[in-house]
Order: sequence, then structure tokens, then C-alpha cells
Amino acid sequence: MKQSIAVAATLAMVIGGFCSQAVAKDTRSAAAVAAAPTPAAKDAATAEFDKFREVMEDSNPAELFEAKGEDLWQTRRGPKSVALADSCDLGLGIGVVKGAYVQMPRYFADAGKVMDAERRIVWCMIEKQGFSAEELFRTPFANENFTPEPTSLVTYVAGASRNLKIAVPIDEPHVQDVYRLGREVFSFRAGPYDFACATCHGEDGKRIRMQQLPNLAKKEEAIRAYQGWPGYRMTGGFMLTQQWRMNDCFRQQRFPEPRYLSDTVTSLLTYLTANANGNVYKGPGIKR
Amino acid sequence: MPNRFLFLLTALLVIAGVARADDYRLRALMMIQNDFQAKGQAGLDRLETDSLQHVCNKYSDKPPEALLRLVEADQLATVKYPADGRLMGDWREGEKIAQSGRGFTWTDKPGLPVGGNCYNCHEISPKELSFGTLGPSLRNFGRNRGNTPEMRQYVFSKIFNAKSFNACSAMPRFGYIGALNEEQIRHLVALLLDPDSPVNQ
Repeated sequence: MKQSIAVAATLAMVIGGFCSQAVAKDTRSAAAVAAAPTPAAKDAATAEFDKFREVMEDSNPAELFEAKGEDLWQTRRGPKSVALADSCDLGLGIGVVKGAYVQMPRYFADAGKVMDAERRIVWCMIEKQGFSAEELFRTPFANENFTPEPTSLVTYVAGASRNLKIAVPIDEPHVQDVYRLGREVFSFRAGPYDFACATCHGEDGKRIRMQQLPNLAKKEEAIRAYQGWPGYRMTGGFMLTQQWRMNDCFRQQRFPEPRYLSDTVTSLLTYLTANANGNVYKGPGIKR
Repeated sequence: MPNRFLFLLTALLVIAGVARADDYRLRALMMIQNDFQAKGQAGLDRLETDSLQHVCNKYSDKPPEALLRLVEADQLATVKYPADGRLMGDWREGEKIAQSGRGFTWTDKPGLPVGGNCYNCHEISPKELSFGTLGPSLRNFGRNRGNTPEMRQYVFSKIFNAKSFNACSAMPRFGYIGALNEEQIRHLVALLLDPDSPVNQ
């Protein structure tokens, strides 16, 4: 089923001429005709994709993963044969999913940790359902042939916060502490290219090639790193979470790999999400 | 200084109650040292900051003026100029190097050559409209600045070690870290300065 959606999506892109590559080329030739191409004209490629995304979101493939995740949430599973719905507290009480996603990362006293949504869900799978941590950490991110259960669960939980305001409890002392650590991680320069997150995401209105870079230190722009995640990625046709997004940022930063669900990733997600507090979350989305 | 020493030292200081819980920069550094794993060519040694990175991190990219000059002089001293004194290569080769953004990620094949990543951040040739804006536009660079021996030396030095002229610049130190060799940098100098290069058309 997933494959057929990917095919349909690809077809839609090709037929509609909305494929980002095609748009980029069209824009190039259009801009080449104009004597003095402005950055605004070239960003038409981005605008075109946004239009396409709006159309697609009416029948968003992410919804399939929400349904799968809901099933996983409700079913008794794992060595302990327990349902997450009957055992997992996402911060608003056992089994409560509505609004939980936009209020994470938050502090969980039972774990003694500030946790983002994916980290909390995996914690529940291990602690409450008895799943093997080793197993869950082995292949944490989706590919063409495989969707990890936590990815579907995160998509379900995220969907239950659709159209709600982001409200990370930033005044809670543990969260505040982790937020400040995240801010430091954001500006830590190292590696062969001397890059920090802030090298590319610390200024307004910048781009890498055609890709616009949000200034993630600012409220109005930090939302752009949050919106649309977890996201159904057109390239390849699978669901990816914010944990993956942070992982791939570090790859592009030429860093070694951050461990899955590590404090460093949680701190960055705390920093980014709290910076976007007050914005309305539109639910799981679509990415290029 | 390798960060591992710093890490151990910090850990000891925290245990001893000397480092303060509100020293977020040190704590973040400790956390980072714990949370990464080597993958592909990206080893944990990449988390060990060198003196330049250390200064930029410490002063949030704005070191005091006196330190800034010292650091820049230090970086400029790392630049190795070609023994034959030739600084101009072939702009066509330079354009190819400027286009490629490959290299150094854990999914890249280890080893050279890697790309110059130039278009990721700079407008260069008018024929390439897919360019980034993190760095300044280099359009007409040679026409505006002149193809003088001094300018060739400046451009070569800047690409070899961008931090020689702006200690906490966002631009990588391509020659210093061994990403680009002498010959490749020469081609890039030509891309910017050669009167025949599309950059100057």
C-alpha cells in the first residue's frame, strides 16, 4: 500500500509538473529570460512546492501512519502484553494523547529526564511493554522498505495535536535547564568545516543553494523547523520524525552521529520547539 | 587541546563543586562528548575543537579585537603557497569544483577529491542561478577587484584558510583541513579572477 502511494505521489508530481526539480529548472529558464533575476523570483520554486504541498495535504499519506500508530497505541503488545493507551503517560495523564505532542519536550519525573515525544514513546515501549531497547535502537529511522513502530506512534500522537498551539512548559526548571543546554549545542562549532547549527540557521533570509534556511533562534522562523514533522518524504516515500531531522542535520554539519534519543538531540528539540511556542501546529506533513 | 582532557577536567570540576551548574557551555560540551558515535568517516575526533574553534565558541564568534588579530595572524601563517609561485589555474576546472558539495559527511566515500561547496553559499557565475546566500555574492569579483598579484594571493589565502581574514567566518578552511589541494585552489582563484571566467562577464 505504501508503495502504491509513493507511486501515486510521484505520478502526481510528474503529471502536475510540480516536481521540485522541474520547478527549479522552469524557474531557472524563466529567470534567465529576465535581465536581472532577483532572489525573490528564484524562490518561486519554493512557493510552487508549497502550493503543491497544500493540495497534497488534503489527502496526506501521513494519515496512514497515524492510523497505524493509533492501532499500535491501542493494542496490548510486547512481552508484558500491555497497551500504551493503558500505561503510557505523555505528560497529560495515562493514555491521554490529545495535545500531548505540542507540550513536549517536557520533564517526566518517572524517568528523571526531559524527553521529546519520540524519546517518551520509546521509553514507554521499553518500560511499560517490555520491548528490547537494543532492538528499538538498531534501526530507528524509516527507509523504503521499513517503518519503525515508534515512527508510526509519533505520527499518531502528533496528529492528535493538529491545530493546537505549541506550548512547551519552558518555565518548568528542568525544561529551562535543558533549553539552555540546547542553545549551547546550537552554537557549538567543530568538525572539519567548523560548522555549528547556527552557522546556517542563525541569520534571517539565508539559503543553501535554493533551500531557504530558517533562523531557528527566532520565534517566527523556529516554527518552520517544527511544522510538517513528522513528515512524509516524497523522495523515497516514507515517514520521518524530528529525531531523524536532527540526525541528518548533524550529518550535513560533518559531525559524527548523535545517538538516537540522546540528551543532545532532546536539548536541541527543546530549544527549537520552545522557540516556536505560541504557533499553531498543523499536524504531520509532507516533505520533499 | 583535545576535548577529552577538557571533558575529564570538567567532570572532575563539577564533581568537586567547582564548575557551576549554570555554566551551560561547559555542560553542553560534556553532554556532546557523551552523545555521539563514530559513523563512516566521521570519527569522534571531529568533536575535539582546535584553538580557532575554541576561541570562536568561547566568545560566541565575537572575540575581543586583540585576540581576533592574534588568531587571524595564526591562521594566515598556516597558508602554504605553491612553490612555483603560480596562483592561477583554469577557471573551467574551478567551476566544476565550485559546483560540487560532496565530501566529509558520514555517507560520503572517504578520501579526496571533495567538492568546494562554493555555490552552496555564494553567487558566482551568472549561468548558475541555484546559489546560496550565506556568503557574499562573488559576481564580477575579478572585474571589481582587479587581477593583480596581490589579489591573487589574497584569494588563494582566503580559500586556503578563510579564517586568516575573519577569525570566526562561516567559511571552512579548505586548504588547511586538506579538503582542497593547491591545484584545486588555483582553479578556483582563476574562476574568480580570470578575465575570461564567466564570473567577470
